[in-house]
Amino acid sequence: MYRYDEFDAAFVWARVDQFREQVGRRLAGELTEDQFRPHRLMNGLYLQLHAYMLRIAVPYGTLNSRQLRKLAEIARKYDRGYGHFTTRQNLQFNWPALKDTPDILAELASVEMHAIQTSGNCIRNVTADHFAGVAADELADPRPYAEILRQWSSLHPEFSFLPRKFKIAVNGAPKDRAVIQAHDIGLQIVRNEAGEIGFTVYVGGGLGRTPLIGHKVREFLPVHDLLAYCEAILRVYNLEGRRDNKFKARVKILLHERGTPAVRELIEAEFAARGDAGLGLPPAEVARIQAYFAPPKLTSRPAVSDRLERRRGKDEKFSRFLESNVVAHKVPGYAIVTISLKPIGGVPGDASADQMDAVADLAEDYSQDELRVSHEQNLILPYVALDELSAVYDRLASVGLATPNAGLISDIIACPGLDYCALATARSIPIAQRLSERFGDGARARAIGPLKIKISGCINACGHHHVGHIGILGLERNGEETYQITLGGSGDETASIGGIIGPGFSTETVVEAVETVVATYMARRDRPDETFLDVYRRLGPAPFKEALYERNKGADI
Amino acid sequence: MSQIVTANRLADGVVLFMDEAGGWSEDFAKAAIYSDAPAIAAALARGAEAVAASLLVDPYGIEVELRNGHYTPKALREAIRASGPTVRRDLGKQAEGLAPIPALQAPTEASHVSL
Repeated sequence: MYRYDEFDAAFVWARVDQFREQVGRRLAGELTEDQFRPHRLMNGLYLQLHAYMLRIAVPYGTLNSRQLRKLAEIARKYDRGYGHFTTRQNLQFNWPALKDTPDILAELASVEMHAIQTSGNCIRNVTADHFAGVAADELADPRPYAEILRQWSSLHPEFSFLPRKFKIAVNGAPKDRAVIQAHDIGLQIVRNEAGEIGFTVYVGGGLGRTPLIGHKVREFLPVHDLLAYCEAILRVYNLEGRRDNKFKARVKILLHERGTPAVRELIEAEFAARGDAGLGLPPAEVARIQAYFAPPKLTSRPAVSDRLERRRGKDEKFSRFLESNVVAHKVPGYAIVTISLKPIGGVPGDASADQMDAVADLAEDYSQDELRVSHEQNLILPYVALDELSAVYDRLASVGLATPNAGLISDIIACPGLDYCALATARSIPIAQRLSERFGDGARARAIGPLKIKISGCINACGHHHVGHIGILGLERNGEETYQITLGGSGDETASIGGIIGPGFSTETVVEAVETVVATYMARRDRPDETFLDVYRRLGPAPFKEALYERNKGADI
Repeated sequence: MSQIVTANRLADGVVLFMDEAGGWSEDFAKAAIYSDAPAIAAALARGAEAVAASLLVDPYGIEVELRNGHYTPKALREAIRASGPTVRRDLGKQAEGLAPIPALQAPTEASHVSL
C-alpha cells in the first residue's frame, strides 16, 4: 500500500503543528468559534450532540495493522474505547476533547494518517471499491488513481473553498462496489477497443436532499487525462455552482438545472482550453504510484483447500460464514473475507478497541498486513489463504466478529442518527438494531437472499437510504420520530434512486412495515434466486403499496 | 413556558446547563428553570459572556416539561443530548447519574407491538 514520501510526511506534520496552534489560540480566546469553525472542520472535527466528533480519513478504505492498532490506542486513550466506521470508509470517534485533538492528530501522523479534508467544502477523502486489487472480476486496481487524486486534491488552493463538498469515487471492476454514480465524480475503470485502460466519467450523482444519479459525461477518458479532466470539471463547478443557496450548491444541481449536454460542453471546453498544461499524467509517474499497490508475492496454493472443504462439510456455522462473508480472490487458493460489523442487535459500523486490535492481529497473521474499510461499514481481510480460513473464522468468532450476514438483510447501513448527530431528525441505529433482531443471520435471512437496507436519520442521507433496496429515512413530525420507506434503490452499476412508497411509519410500526415489504417480495418472487431488487423492478411499487396500505385500511392498527 | 439554558464546554464539548447561580453544571438536575422571556434573555446574556470568555460554545434555551414530577427536555433531540446515546446506556450523562429522570428508553424489538 501507499507509503508517505518525505513531502507527504512533512505536509501532514505541518498540519498537526498548525492545528495545535489554532486550537491553542481558540482555547486562549484569540479566535472566536466563527473564526475557528472552518479550521476545525478542515481537520475533520465537528461538534455533535454530546461532544466533539473527529472524522479520520482512511484513503480509499485501505489500512495496515499498525494503523488500525493506532486507532484502537486512540479509542482507549482519548475516547470511549470504540470507533465508528462510516459509509465513506472513514472512522469517527464520538467523544474526543478539543484540547486533545492536536495530540490525536500527532498520533495519527505517526502512522501516516490524518483527518484532513474529511469535512468542509473541499474535495473529500477519495473512496474506492473495498475489494480493490484483489477482486476476481477486476480490470485494474482503482487505488493508484484514487491516490493520485488524493495527492492532487490535498489542500488544492483553487478547490479548498468550493460551493459545497465534493466527493470522488473510483471503481475498477464491472461490478460497482463503490456507489460511483452517487458521487460528484464517479470514475469507472474500463478498457477501450485498443485494450487500453481508462475511465468512464460520471458527474453529478449525489444523495442528500436532492438525490440524483450521476450523468455520463465521458465514455472513455485516457489515464493520461485523469487530473486534467477532473480539474476541468472542478473549475466549471467552482465557477458555475450555485453559491447563492447551500441546498442547491452541489454539482448535481448544476447538471440538473443546465442539463448534461450543456455542462459537458463547458467541461470539454475548459479541458481543451487548458491543453496539456502540466497536468497530463506521465506513465512513469502512474507506474511509480502503482508500484505501491503492487500485489504482494503470495505463496502458490491449490485452488481448492481440502482442509477448508472438510470443515465446510461438517460445521454448518462455518459453512454459512463461507457462503455470505467470503468471496473469490483473483489469485487461486486465496479468498477475500468480509468481517461484518453488524452483529445481530448491534450498532452498525461500531468496533471496540479490542476488536480493532484483534482484526489488526488477523491482518498481520493472515492477510499480508492489510485490511479495508467498506462503505457498507464492514472490514475486509483481502488476502486470506483458503487453508487458513478456518483459523481466521475461529479467531473472529472469539471476539464476536463472525456474524455470517455480509450482503444479507441484517447487514444494514445506518448513520449515527439522533443518538449522536446534531443534524439528525430521528434515530437510525435503534431501527437497524430491531430489524437485525427481527431478521437475524440464520435460515430466514438466507432464504430472503441479498437485500440491502440502508437507514438515514435525516435528509442528508449519510446512511445512503436512497440507494437501499429498502431505504428508511427518519424524520421528525410533531415531535415524534417518523420513518419514510423507499423501495427499489440501488448503489451498484444499475444505480437507481428508491421511490417513496407512501406515508411514513411510526417507530412502533416501521419494523412491521419492512416485514410486510419482505413478505410481499417472498410471495411474489418467481424463483428463490430472484432477488428483491429484481422483483421490485419487475413488478414496480404496486404490490408493495397495496400490502402496506390497502390491506390494513380500516383495520385497528 | 419552562426553559433551561444549555451549551457545550469549549475545551471538551461536554454538555452543560446553566444553574441557579448563573454558573454551569454537567448535571441536568442542577439546571435552573426559567419561566418567562426576560429570565431566559438574561440567562442567554450570561451565556454570551461565557462564550466571550471562551468557556462555552453555542448556548441556547430549550423547553422542558414536568413528567412524573421531574423536569425533562420536551424535544427528543434535547432529551438525548441531556442523557447520552439511547443505544449506549453505558455512555454519556446517563452513565454518570447526570441525566434527566426518568431515563430515556431505547426501543427494543421486544417492547413493540405488531401492526
